Amino acid sequence: MTLLKEPDFGTPAREGAATVEVTIDGVAVTVPPGTSVMRAAKEAGLDIPKLCATDSLEAFGSCRLCVVEIDGARGTPASCTTPVAPGMVVRTQTEKLGKLRRGVMELYISDHPLDCLTCSANGDCELQDMAGVTGLREVRYGSGVEAGANHMDLLKDTSNPYFDFDASKCIACSRCVRACDEVQGTLALTIEGRGFDSKVAAGAGVSFMESDCVSCGACVQACPTATLQEKSVVALGMPTRSVVTTCAYCGVGCSFKAELRGDELVRMVPYKDGGANEGHSCVKGRFAFGYASHPDRVMAPMLRESITDPWREVSWDEAIQFTARRLREIQAEHGPGSIGAITSSRTTNEEVYVVQKMVRAVFGNNNVDTCARVCHSPTGYGLKQTFGTSAGTQDFKSVAKADVILVIGANPTDGHPVFASRMKRRLRQGAKLIVIDPRRIDLVRSPHIEAEHHLQLAPGTNVAIVNAIAHVIVTEGLADREFMRERCEGVEEWETFIARPENSPEAVADITGVPAADVRAAARLYATAGNGAIYYGLGVTEHSQGSTTVMGMANLAMATGNIGRDGVGVNPLRGQNNVQGSCDMGSFPHELPGYRHVSDDGARDVYEQLWGVPLLDEPGLRIPNMFDSAIDGSFRALFVQGEDIAQSDPNTTHVHAALAALDLVVVQDLFENETAKFAHVLLPGTSFLEKDGTFTNAERRINRVRPVMAPKTGKQEWEIICEISQAMGYPMHYDSSAQIMDEIAMTTPTFAGVSFAHLDRVGSVQWPCNDAAPEGTPIMHENGFVRGKGRLVETVYVPTQERSTRKFPLILTTGRILSQYNVGAQTRRTANSAWHPEDLLELHPHDAEVRGINDGDMVALSSRVGQTTLRAVVSERMPVGVCYTTFHHPVTGANVITTDNSDWATNCPEYKVTAVQVALSSAQVAVREELAQRPVVTAGD
Amino acid sequence: MSTTTVPPHVRLANEVAVQFAHQPFEVAAAAVATHLRDFWEPRMRAALLAHVASGGEGLDPMAVRAAELLRPAA
Repeated sequence: MTLLKEPDFGTPAREGAATVEVTIDGVAVTVPPGTSVMRAAKEAGLDIPKLCATDSLEAFGSCRLCVVEIDGARGTPASCTTPVAPGMVVRTQTEKLGKLRRGVMELYISDHPLDCLTCSANGDCELQDMAGVTGLREVRYGSGVEAGANHMDLLKDTSNPYFDFDASKCIACSRCVRACDEVQGTLALTIEGRGFDSKVAAGAGVSFMESDCVSCGACVQACPTATLQEKSVVALGMPTRSVVTTCAYCGVGCSFKAELRGDELVRMVPYKDGGANEGHSCVKGRFAFGYASHPDRVMAPMLRESITDPWREVSWDEAIQFTARRLREIQAEHGPGSIGAITSSRTTNEEVYVVQKMVRAVFGNNNVDTCARVCHSPTGYGLKQTFGTSAGTQDFKSVAKADVILVIGANPTDGHPVFASRMKRRLRQGAKLIVIDPRRIDLVRSPHIEAEHHLQLAPGTNVAIVNAIAHVIVTEGLADREFMRERCEGVEEWETFIARPENSPEAVADITGVPAADVRAAARLYATAGNGAIYYGLGVTEHSQGSTTVMGMANLAMATGNIGRDGVGVNPLRGQNNVQGSCDMGSFPHELPGYRHVSDDGARDVYEQLWGVPLLDEPGLRIPNMFDSAIDGSFRALFVQGEDIAQSDPNTTHVHAALAALDLVVVQDLFENETAKFAHVLLPGTSFLEKDGTFTNAERRINRVRPVMAPKTGKQEWEIICEISQAMGYPMHYDSSAQIMDEIAMTTPTFAGVSFAHLDRVGSVQWPCNDAAPEGTPIMHENGFVRGKGRLVETVYVPTQERSTRKFPLILTTGRILSQYNVGAQTRRTANSAWHPEDLLELHPHDAEVRGINDGDMVALSSRVGQTTLRAVVSERMPVGVCYTTFHHPVTGANVITTDNSDWATNCPEYKVTAVQVALSSAQVAVREELAQRPVVTAGD
Repeated sequence: MSTTTVPPHVRLANEVAVQFAHQPFEVAAAAVATHLRDFWEPRMRAALLAHVASGGEGLDPMAVRAAELLRPAA
C-alpha cells in the first residue's frame, strides 16, 4: 500500500493495438485484446471495487468484489479475470452487484479487527476504502468473537527489521504471495493450510527473518491492509507528502516516492512510472535509507594541518579558502600536474561535471578520474572500440524479449536485484539461460529457474571461454554472415583468427576447466535460440583482460546479429547508481564529457570558448597512476569526491602509502571514511535525499534526483566545488543544478535535448537525447553502429600473471551480496547488517576439510601482499580451488589481500583473481586447543 | 607497498605490449604506441622513454619499439 497513489488499473496492460471496443456503463472504450474488463473500465474512467486485484499482478479472482454484469453472459463474472470481447456491454454498478459486494464485505469485516482509528494503515487501507465504496453499514454476523471462529488472535511476526506481519489483519487475498512470485520471483511466501485455516506463511514454520524472503518490499507494497506494514509507518504515522526521486544504490537506478512527514522521511515506495523499475524495489533502495540521518554523518567542515592532528571544526569559508590556498601553493611548488581529483559514481551528473570542470579549467590539467576506474572502465574501452560508444545497448525492458540470456561475470540477484526480477520473470516464461561464472550463483538454480548451461570456468579465463564460444559459432556455420557483411568491419581477419584450433573448446578446456561439449552446447544455444542477450558485470571487467572480454562479447553479439533490436545486445550491469553518468560527464582523464578524447581539437574548442581558458590536450593520471606518482613524489594533492579509495581500491597497503605521501588530501563525503584518515580537509557531503540533479543508470536512463529535504550541511556539493574554484581564482557560478545540466546539454551532443524541464515532463530519457531522438534512445545501434561499422576485434587470450602456487594454492575472487553495498558506508549504517554483519570467506568443502576448517571457524586469509582474518563458510557453491569474499566491512579489509594487477587497457584492478592461502586463524587454533583440554562431560557425570 | 619492484611504467607497458603480440611486430608496436599516446599521462611516457634511454631493462622489445615511435611526440 502507499498513501500517495498512482492509478491502479487492477490488472496488467496487454501489448498490441487497441482493437477491441466494449461499452462499460454506457462508455465506449477500445483496448488491446486480452485486456480485462476491470482494466478497460479503469481506462474508461470507471472504478470497479476490488481487493485481490492490483495492476502489478495477474488477475486472481478470489475476492469477488469486482463482479460485473455482462449482456448475454450468465451470472456475475469477476471483471479482473474476464477478458474483453468485441461488442461486449458491461454494467459495473447495479443494485444486484451492490448487494453482492456488501455481502462479500460483510464476511471480510466479520473477521477483521475494527481498530481502524488506531491502525497504522488508517487512511491507507483498501479494505477500509472498499467498505466505504460498497456502502457497508452493518455486519449481520457481528465482528470478532461474536462472529464466531476468527483469525484475530494470530500472532504478529516482527522479526524483519523493516516491516511487521500482522496475520490478524490478513484478508487472504494472496497479493503478497503473488507479488513474491510474479514481481520479485523469490517465491518465499505461500498460503498455508486449507479453507478457514488458510494463512500467509513465509516458509514452513519459520519467521519472515528466517525464511527465504529477501525483503524487497513487494509484499508490503501489494498488501491492501495493515497486515504487512513498514515499521517506520507504525512508529511515525502516515506520510503526508511525497517526492519522486532516484535510488542511491546500484546501477539499476530505481525511481522511488520518498514519503515524508514534514522533513522526516517515513518510507521509500517504488514508483510505478519509474522506467527502470516500474514499481519494484530491493531491500537496499526500499528500506536502507537510515544512513542519511545517521549520527556518524559529518555535518560541518573540518581541517587539520597534519593527519596526525585531531580534526578542528571550521567554517565553510575557512575550509574553502584553506583548500584553495593549499592547492595553489602545491601547484606553485611542484607544477600544475601535481594535483588532481577523483569523482564519484554516487554523486549526480551535475556534481561530477563541475569537479571535472574544476580539474580541467582551474587545476589546468586532466588529472581527473572516477571510481569507474575500478569497476567498469573496461566497458568504456571495449564497447567504444567495437561499437563506438561506451554504453550498454538496451533498455532493461528489452530482456522481456530475449530468448536466450547469457549472464557472464554477474550476480544480478545480489548486485542488481530489481533487474534480476525482470530477468527471472522472462526465464520463468521459458527463455533459456547460460551462466558463465566460477561460482554457482543463485541464478543457476532457484525456484522455477534452472540454467541450461553453467560454464563453471576457472577465474581469469573469460577470454578463453568467450573465444571458444565464438569459435563454435564460426566453425559450425552458426554465424549471421549477412549481418557481419553489412554491418561490421574486420570480418575476414576475425573469422580467420577465431577459427584457429587454439580457440576451440577442446583446446581451451584445460585452461578454463570447462568440458568442451558444454561450451559447444552453450554456443549453439546462444547462436540459434532466437534473440540472444548478454548481461555482464564486474566478473568480466575486473580482470587483467577485462577490456578484451568486453570486446569478445561484442564480437559474439555481432557475429550472431544479436544487436540493434529488442531482446538482444551487450549489457553491462553497472555497479553504482551513476557509474554511467560519471563516465558520461568526462570523468576519465583522457575524455571530455560525451567520451570525446582530450586531443580532439573540436571538442576542446567548445569548452575553451565557453570556459575561457586553454585546455590541455594530453591525458591525465588514472587513479593507480596517481598512487604511483604520489609515491614517486610528482603528485602531491588529491581531491576525493564521495569515494573511499582507502577501502575500495586494491592492495590497501600500497594505497595507504600513496595517501600518506600526499601533502594535501581533501575528502568530500557523508562520513569520516577510511580515506578521511589520510585527509587534511573533510568537507561534508549531501545524501541523495538532499541532492538536486540527475543520475544516469546502466541503460543510459537519465533520472531526476529531486531534493526531498534541504541540504543538512547547508550547501549542495556542486556549490562547494564552485566556491573552491572561485577561491582559486576562476569564477564558476551557477544559480542552480538545472543550469549545470543546461551547460552539459549545450556542450555534449548526446545530451543536447536534456534539461530538468524535459525530464520533469517525460519522466526520464535514455541518451542519446537530441534533435534526432528528442525522447531518447532505448535501443542503440539499430540501423548502424555509432562508429559506423561495428569492429570485430581479434581477442587473443593472455593468461593473467596471477597464478596459484604452492604457497598460495587457492584463487580468491571478491564480490558483493544483496544486503550490503560496496564498502558498506551506507548499508552498514542500517539494519541491513542484520543479514550480513561481517564479511565471510566461502570455500569448497574439500578445500575446507584438507585445512581442518569447519563452517563458522575464523580463518587467516593471506596473499603475497597482505593478510586478514574472517569467518569461513563451507559451501558447495564454490568450485574446488576457488574461494570468495565480500569487501563490505573495513574491519576485514578484504582489499589488503588483492594485488595491483590490472586490466591492460584501463588499469581496472584485477579484483577477481588473487592467489591466496587459507588457514585456521591462530585465535581459532587456541579455541580448539582449549576445548580439547577440557574434561569430557558424559551423561552419567 | 606495490607487489613488484618493476617500475609501474615498465610493468604497464609490458602488459599492453603482450596484448598485441599476435600482430606483426611493427603493426603491434604502432598500436602500442597509439595506446600509450591516447591513455598515458605525459610523465609516464617520459618515464618510459627515460627507461629505454637508460637501457630498457625488463622492457618487452615491442614496448621498446613503441617508445621509439613515441619519441618525436614526447
